[in-house]
Amino acid sequence: MRPISLIEGDVSVLNRSDVDTDQIIPKQFLKRVERTGFGEFLFYDWAKQPGWDLPRNPILATGRNFGCGSSREHAPWALEDYGFEAIVAPSFADIFYSNCMKIGLLPVVLPEESVHAVMASGNASIDLAAQTVQWTGGEDSFEIDPETKRRLLKGLDDIGVTMQHADVIERYEAQRERNGPVTTALA
Amino acid sequence: MPRTPNARSLFDKIWDAHEVAEGILYVDLHLVHEVTSPQAFESLRLAERKVRRPDRTLATADHNVPTDGSTAAAQIRDRLSRVQVETLEANCREFDVPIYSIGSQRQGIVHVIGPELGVTQPGMTIVCGDSHTSTHGAFGALAFGIGTSEVEHVLATQTLQQRKPRSMRIRYEGELGYGVAAKDLVLGTIGRIGVAGGVGHVIEYAGPPIERLSMEGRMTICNMTIEGGGRAGMIAPDDITFAWVEGREAAPDPLPLDEWRELHTDDGAEFDQEVLIDASALSPQVTWGTTPGMVTEVTAAVPEPRDEGEERALEYMALEPGTPMAEIALDRVFIGSCTNSRIGDLREAAEVVRGRRVAESIDAMVVPGSQQVKAQAEAEGLDEVFRSAGFDWRSAGCSMCLGMNPDIAAPGERVASTSNRNFEGRQGRGARSHLVSPKMAAAAAIEGHFVDIREWE
Repeated sequence: MRPISLIEGDVSVLNRSDVDTDQIIPKQFLKRVERTGFGEFLFYDWAKQPGWDLPRNPILATGRNFGCGSSREHAPWALEDYGFEAIVAPSFADIFYSNCMKIGLLPVVLPEESVHAVMASGNASIDLAAQTVQWTGGEDSFEIDPETKRRLLKGLDDIGVTMQHADVIERYEAQRERNGPVTTALA
Repeated sequence: MPRTPNARSLFDKIWDAHEVAEGILYVDLHLVHEVTSPQAFESLRLAERKVRRPDRTLATADHNVPTDGSTAAAQIRDRLSRVQVETLEANCREFDVPIYSIGSQRQGIVHVIGPELGVTQPGMTIVCGDSHTSTHGAFGALAFGIGTSEVEHVLATQTLQQRKPRSMRIRYEGELGYGVAAKDLVLGTIGRIGVAGGVGHVIEYAGPPIERLSMEGRMTICNMTIEGGGRAGMIAPDDITFAWVEGREAAPDPLPLDEWRELHTDDGAEFDQEVLIDASALSPQVTWGTTPGMVTEVTAAVPEPRDEGEERALEYMALEPGTPMAEIALDRVFIGSCTNSRIGDLREAAEVVRGRRVAESIDAMVVPGSQQVKAQAEAEGLDEVFRSAGFDWRSAGCSMCLGMNPDIAAPGERVASTSNRNFEGRQGRGARSHLVSPKMAAAAAIEGHFVDIREWE
């Protein structure tokens, strides 16, 4: 994963709450077995409605509980492929939030007033190291899990990081071996 | 209740037993399906990594499977669906992961077959690249959905990088009224806490109305936890749980009951949030909008919109505020999905249907959650009850819950559905979904519109 530090530029606005991942990328596009090329199908049905305007900018500002519903990582893949590098919202659904972090599409939680100010400003600058968002006429800070932040700043491979604890995992498995299901024994 | 030192919740106990290092959670069971796994296997291959524990991994094909009785992936007409199922089969062969694909007598919706085979057990951590993994929490497991990058991480390491979520307990008091189902309880709960009410929380459901529920009812409730935003839902295992698990193919013999009986929340354990709900005040529920939180009682009317989102929802649903819910005419009825497709659900629906006819205007279908549920239902003659009433009796799969297979509602069609999501386009582009319990769906099929099941029977 490429490291993230500063994300700045114009802001696209989608001022709706509870946007679910079925809207972000409808189910007919989940049949593909590749990870790329989902951007052109982003908001496939909504994009056909009159008045829809979502330019390909680095930053998306949107409403609360963004990304609710299905766990499909295709939703962050589509947003990233479309050009977004960060999403600013008052809150995110849990699985969507983790999925974004895993691929380096930065989800930023700000109070609703600040999100509206970012929307009004039309551009913003997000500094991951400093955990701040600046826009024309304002600034706010955001929270992020320190370990996740470290991985994003350095662009680390999650599996590599976890396997630094391989000895602990092995010990744990050895202690409780044959506790739990054995799926392979069913056949 | 004052906090008692060392008192732990069910969630705390399972978490503590599985956190191998700070922020690293061991996964006891990893369920896999065809939609969210191909990119994970591909990345493993590129990095030359293996599946760490195939013996704790189980795959099935469900989302893309046609419910027409096809017995091999090669029979799937849609090319992309066929490739996706074949890719899963090839990946499982390559990485030695056990799989029950299309054609297997153990195939079915991943959240139906896990419990049914007995691989879902109390006290476990269970993940799957599917948000409805919360279903398995009904057994007193910590179970939640993950994305494809995390699927890859679990395949490679059998662990997940995970910070401990906050905790919430929803306690119910009173008694569910006649005709009021587990589905109504969970829809009513989501209506109360909102679709983001549980975000960041693991939710434990407790209280006498929960203790009286069957395992099927408990699975329905935990299943829809995600629709209230919750990370996971769980219910303490009890004698009903143990009796259900005992004797299943992968269940331990004998059951480790001393260990499993410790899986409950201690008196005085603290939760970040507590909610109390009077179950006896609940009526059968019907959703009217495009989120599961847009829900009301069958005796009520379509509400006035309170914001732009609700206005948009009513427009999409083509509903006028003030219209009695019971007057909404339907085109389709779908009984199925990981929420309500188990044998108990089908028995309840069949009881309503027995000896009656589906309304002329309605296209009605029943889709068992697994091949085993299908076989059981057929052994009990339920297929005949549904068929003779005019229902289409199908083979196992996700079917019309999400429109990734040939079971799709047409634009503008209005569906009474026992599934979990009424999002725009979920059951087919432009289709309008109303979520209800199996009995309510069955009665709606007979009448052609919603009815209050309590009065109707």
